[in-house]
Amino acid sequence: MTTERGASVKFDKVQKSYDGEVLVVKDLNLDIEKGEFLTMLGPSGSGKTTCLMMLAGFEPASHGEIYLNEKPINNVPPHKRGVGMVFQNYALFPHMTVAENLAFPLQVRNMGKAEQEAKVKRALEMVELPQFGSRRPAQLSGGQQQRVAVARALVFDPDLILMDEPLGALDKQLREQMQYEIKHIHENLGVTVVYVTHDQTEALTMSDRVAVFNDGVIQQLSPPDELYETPQNSFVAQFIGENNKLNGTVTAINGNICDVKLADGTMMKADKVNVAAVGDATTLSLRPERVEIIVADGMENSITGHIEELIYLGDHIRVRMSVAGNPEFVVKVRNRAGEQKLAEGQDIKIGWFASDCKALDPVG
Amino acid sequence: MSDTDQTMAVLTTQDGVPLKVSIRRALRAQKIRALLLVAPLFLFILLSFVAPIADMLFRSVENDIVPNTLPQTVVAIELWDENSGELPGEDVYAALAADLQVATKSKTHTRVGSRLNYEKPGTSSLFRKTGRRVNKFEDGNYKEQFLKADKKWGDVEYWQVIKRFSSPLTGGYFLAASDAERTADGVQLKAEDERIYLLLFGRTLMLSITITASCILLGYPIAWLLASLPLRSSNLLMILVLLPFWTSLLVRTSAWKVLLQQQGVINDTLVWLGIVGDESRLALINNQTGTIIAMTHILLPFMILPLFSVMKTISPTYMRAAKSMGATDWYAFWRVYFPQTIPGIGAGSILVFILSIGYYITPELVGGTSGIFISNRIAYHISSSLNWGLAAALGVMLLVLVMTLYWLYDRIVGIDNVKLG
Repeated sequence: MTTERGASVKFDKVQKSYDGEVLVVKDLNLDIEKGEFLTMLGPSGSGKTTCLMMLAGFEPASHGEIYLNEKPINNVPPHKRGVGMVFQNYALFPHMTVAENLAFPLQVRNMGKAEQEAKVKRALEMVELPQFGSRRPAQLSGGQQQRVAVARALVFDPDLILMDEPLGALDKQLREQMQYEIKHIHENLGVTVVYVTHDQTEALTMSDRVAVFNDGVIQQLSPPDELYETPQNSFVAQFIGENNKLNGTVTAINGNICDVKLADGTMMKADKVNVAAVGDATTLSLRPERVEIIVADGMENSITGHIEELIYLGDHIRVRMSVAGNPEFVVKVRNRAGEQKLAEGQDIKIGWFASDCKALDPVG
Repeated sequence: MSDTDQTMAVLTTQDGVPLKVSIRRALRAQKIRALLLVAPLFLFILLSFVAPIADMLFRSVENDIVPNTLPQTVVAIELWDENSGELPGEDVYAALAADLQVATKSKTHTRVGSRLNYEKPGTSSLFRKTGRRVNKFEDGNYKEQFLKADKKWGDVEYWQVIKRFSSPLTGGYFLAASDAERTADGVQLKAEDERIYLLLFGRTLMLSITITASCILLGYPIAWLLASLPLRSSNLLMILVLLPFWTSLLVRTSAWKVLLQQQGVINDTLVWLGIVGDESRLALINNQTGTIIAMTHILLPFMILPLFSVMKTISPTYMRAAKSMGATDWYAFWRVYFPQTIPGIGAGSILVFILSIGYYITPELVGGTSGIFISNRIAYHISSSLNWGLAAALGVMLLVLVMTLYWLYDRIVGIDNVKLG
């Protein structure tokens, strides 16, 4: 049961509205390849779950077409789509044992008793719960229920698995462990997975590609590293990871680099990502770990900041400082021997490379 | 090791008092306060519910009116062999005369007469008639004087009844309640055409089961709708479900009379639509159909509410999960949704069944003769025939029947499977 499985999915100009007045999903175009692990990431109300429900068949699309393996499925009822689904609260049937839960999709398909048992056994082994077949879901811990839910979605060998915030109810440690397990299962089986979450760490660790949703629109569709390092707009930069914002105006554009004048008059050089012309307002986006308190050779940008607060976190020190009128500017300083001593109230010089500083669309 | 074992055996406080004693002392005030809080209700229930019912139930076997009113006769008749076919001796007649002379002063002889009349019709008038003469009896030769007062005193059967019911406790009411009688050959069922109570018990059971079943059939979809509609519309629907609760039971039952009678709204409509001919109007009332229709309507909320509260807790994602695994709507309902609603069906069925098995007012009004329940017969004996002993015996049998069914239900379905919300 490895390789050459997985289905392709295509959203073509899909729109969705519940009340005819507000579009929850606005013009969605998305191609998901066979065997891909795609995560729909976004804040609540961004339309990501609606997209998943349309794909599962529980919500009709108001406009546009969804294709599964190049076949349109708008008029295919959910039970004929052959899509495995893991729900937020697992939705394990409480009146059935674990084994009966797993056998349910097989019984629906009129599979023989012996084959059913073999498949259930294999699925339970896959999620490392071989002894738990006769238990009721209520007798399992959250993590075990989660695994059973995954096993149930996989047991009838679907080509596409949908997961709707499946780890939301677990505690942090268990969640991280389950992330790896789900990722491994995906790698071993080669099925296509569409995963919905609002947790960016989850999205970054598990996915091949992440679609960041906001306001019913995909803001960016990229592999995790690209998403983090080259955000296409301010929303993505803000939503993924920690981010420092500096507002300014574009004064010159030279190829990929633009000059930006900050509110306090300081001139900065930044990577031109999402600005059009000279004179535009822009927000510079800068990751805290890319700011250095010792300005290195070749760093295009340097500025003096006032240390407001120091938070000791062991491996690094989190320094909150006021920079160019932004009192929430954060710098992560690695905890190294011989590092210069920092104190609250101190003014220090900080610097960064232009390539780490993205000029994006302006926010607030 | 043994040291710790000993300290484990009796844990003491620092003062050396055993810990358990100390805890009990500390909690005593709490317990007393809790008891005091429930004491008024407990007393109220005891006086207004438990005591009257216990007294009523005791009446089903109570018979001390006979030994109390006829104390000498009861002793004297003890020696008489009732199967000999001969009349009792002069001493028994003498004792009865003495007893009756005392009883007529307090007029209690008529009550003994009525009591024994349940067992042998004619006894009431016999005692009444004799009571008028007995004070004029002369000493000696009582047998002759009794026979002169009423010829029935020469009939062995009346003496047999007195002897049979001379003890302060009797099973006679229960025999009567189960359509049996004591004959010379022992206890036997009455003749087929004289049996009434077994038939009534059977009918009460059958109708209650029918009513419960139709409540399930009608209530299940409504409860499902209530549980799945958005809050605003489900609140409105809930008010409609509860509306009957706010109307008098009598009004609702009378409304059914208007609707169901031969010249009533339903029949008129059917005739007008041409579905039923004018000469063959349906008999919908004063029979079992009427009882079933009216009682299903009245008891429906007791089915809907527990069903609703159970369905409310079933997340719609279960159905979605089932469908995502390939189940059709019907299969998902039958395998996933329905089994989870069984506790609600159980709770609703128990409520409706137990309420309907003891129902009185509706069968009385719309049931006619073929649609009445055992409770109507009990009410008849309480208020019309004044045979309270028989009414009590029927009541005890009904109570035992309900408890047996409850026990059976617990054995088969399990009472912890019942959920009211």
